[in-house]
Amino acid sequence: MYTQAMDTMREEGGQPALRTAEEAALQQRFDNRIDAGDFIEAKDWMPDNYRKTLLRQISQHAHSEIVGMLPEGNWITRAPTLKRKAILLAKVQDEGGHGLYLYAAAETLGQSRDQMLDSLHSGKAKYSSIFNYPTLTWADVGTIGWLVDGAAIMNQVPICRCSYAPYARAMIRICREESFHQRQGYDSLLAMMQNGTEAQKAMVQDAVNRWWWPCLMMFGPPDDQSPNSAQGMRWGIKRVSNDTLRQKFVDATVQQAQVLGVSLPDPDLRWNEATQHWDFGTIDWSEFWRVVGGEGPCNRERLAMRVAAWEEGEWVREAALAHSRKQARKEKAA
Amino acid sequence: MQASIQIPATPELDYLLRLGDTCLISGQRLGEWCGHGPILEEDIALSNMALDLIGQSRALLTLAGQKSGKGFDEDQLAFLRDEGAYRNPTLAELPRGDFAFTILRNLVLSTWLKLIWERLRDSRDAELAAIAGKALKEARYHQQHAADWAVRLGDGTEESRRRCEAALAQIAPYLPELFEDDTVDAAAEASGLGPAWSSLREPWLAEMGEVLGEAGLALPESTKFRSTGKVGRHSEHMGYLLAEMQYLQRAYPGGAW
Ligand SMILES: [Fe+2]
Ligand SMILES: [Fe+2]
Repeated sequence: MYTQAMDTMREEGGQPALRTAEEAALQQRFDNRIDAGDFIEAKDWMPDNYRKTLLRQISQHAHSEIVGMLPEGNWITRAPTLKRKAILLAKVQDEGGHGLYLYAAAETLGQSRDQMLDSLHSGKAKYSSIFNYPTLTWADVGTIGWLVDGAAIMNQVPICRCSYAPYARAMIRICREESFHQRQGYDSLLAMMQNGTEAQKAMVQDAVNRWWWPCLMMFGPPDDQSPNSAQGMRWGIKRVSNDTLRQKFVDATVQQAQVLGVSLPDPDLRWNEATQHWDFGTIDWSEFWRVVGGEGPCNRERLAMRVAAWEEGEWVREAALAHSRKQARKEKAA
Repeated sequence: MQASIQIPATPELDYLLRLGDTCLISGQRLGEWCGHGPILEEDIALSNMALDLIGQSRALLTLAGQKSGKGFDEDQLAFLRDEGAYRNPTLAELPRGDFAFTILRNLVLSTWLKLIWERLRDSRDAELAAIAGKALKEARYHQQHAADWAVRLGDGTEESRRRCEAALAQIAPYLPELFEDDTVDAAAEASGLGPAWSSLREPWLAEMGEVLGEAGLALPESTKFRSTGKVGRHSEHMGYLLAEMQYLQRAYPGGAW
């Protein structure tokens, strides 16, 4: 999820001609390692495009984690019980931690966190479009846990085997926490559906209706419209295709919805005995591209809020730097 | 709308609620920082402290509920009291302000809470003593975090220093409430439940003096103003805080969460 880089990036302009025999040898060695399923470490030689693509993907993933803190953070002060407040605080805190691991992984490719944040704040870097949808009720929090974290897991488990080792390592830690989030989200919806009032059940159904289609879009455009996927697969950055992951998600989620007692808002959803999968209706890709393009319900608010926090915090960061410079001078003098 | 609960006014319950509500309301305010901190590490640290405080409030409110004789649970106490039944000192409910205000209020309250938890480990109430033992470790970390930042900000730049001074000036009028006794303190001390708040004053001043000294800051002169949150008369900010915090419990009577 979180990583539409592969689908939304502009064309890189092809592979530049290799200049020297030495470079050709390095490239050959790199290709062999990738083919053999080896992991690439930060200090290893890698082609420029591989580095650029990864940097874009990992930083976008990091941005998604921290922008993703906003829609749910929106409900911390209104959580309905102290237990739910504690769970939500812990979850949003985890997402911040995911941001930290991922920025650190991206930094191994040669860009500082501040540079990456500049790209986010200027609107140059993207983050997952799912976070441009609003959290209108408490049930949205549980639905995000169930569906959005659920889709993220589907998408991210294969990245644990990504050819770039620092990214793969970060993903292993992250995936473990994401499955907690999914269970907790589902559990909070279950509490309302099984023991709640009619008004609460309606609240849950409404949230599922609003989040279902955007969640299916999280996997990215259909395979035949995802021209960069092939290169990602070749490099071992992408392991499973968009459509395959989307189908896996639908198959897993239909059953969970039945247990929960909600319907999924798709009249075309039906079991296909021949394929042994759930068929589903047509996704409105114009909506996806509109939101990616900045015209979703909350794009402006989300970015404005990140920028405001950054700008309001500038004096704090300056003070911390000034203090550590003074300390360093004192230690030198002593 | 879900109606309010009425709790019996006993000195013992008041003592527990004063402490439990301080944790609850501070946690509520710190939670407002999530996603808005000056750096990602602070978003995480402040949410983490909010989480600790909410955890402490759950333990204390559960205990208070048991002692209420009415079988109230933590959520009824947290979400279904009228404003006048909340017993936190007013300082805890003031808006989060800028990062300097949040840090200095945290320094004030975490130092105060740490001292209270230290003493409550010897409470005659075994459950309260157990809660204190766990909370003490958390309060020590909160105090350390606030102290580190107070020194950075006090020493950092012109602007950070000015903001710290403004924050302290805003906080100072609310300090006497943390250290003046009434009948609740007298009863707690007599029964061995916990210390009278006045006994925290000297060690608090000593610890604060050390940190503020290193930060190049000082507590302003005390004022004649007295805040009264701990007897249930709050500032105007409290109503908004509670409206937000209580909204779901009030709007969905009989709901399951
Ligand atoms: Fe995450
Ligand atoms: Fe998550």
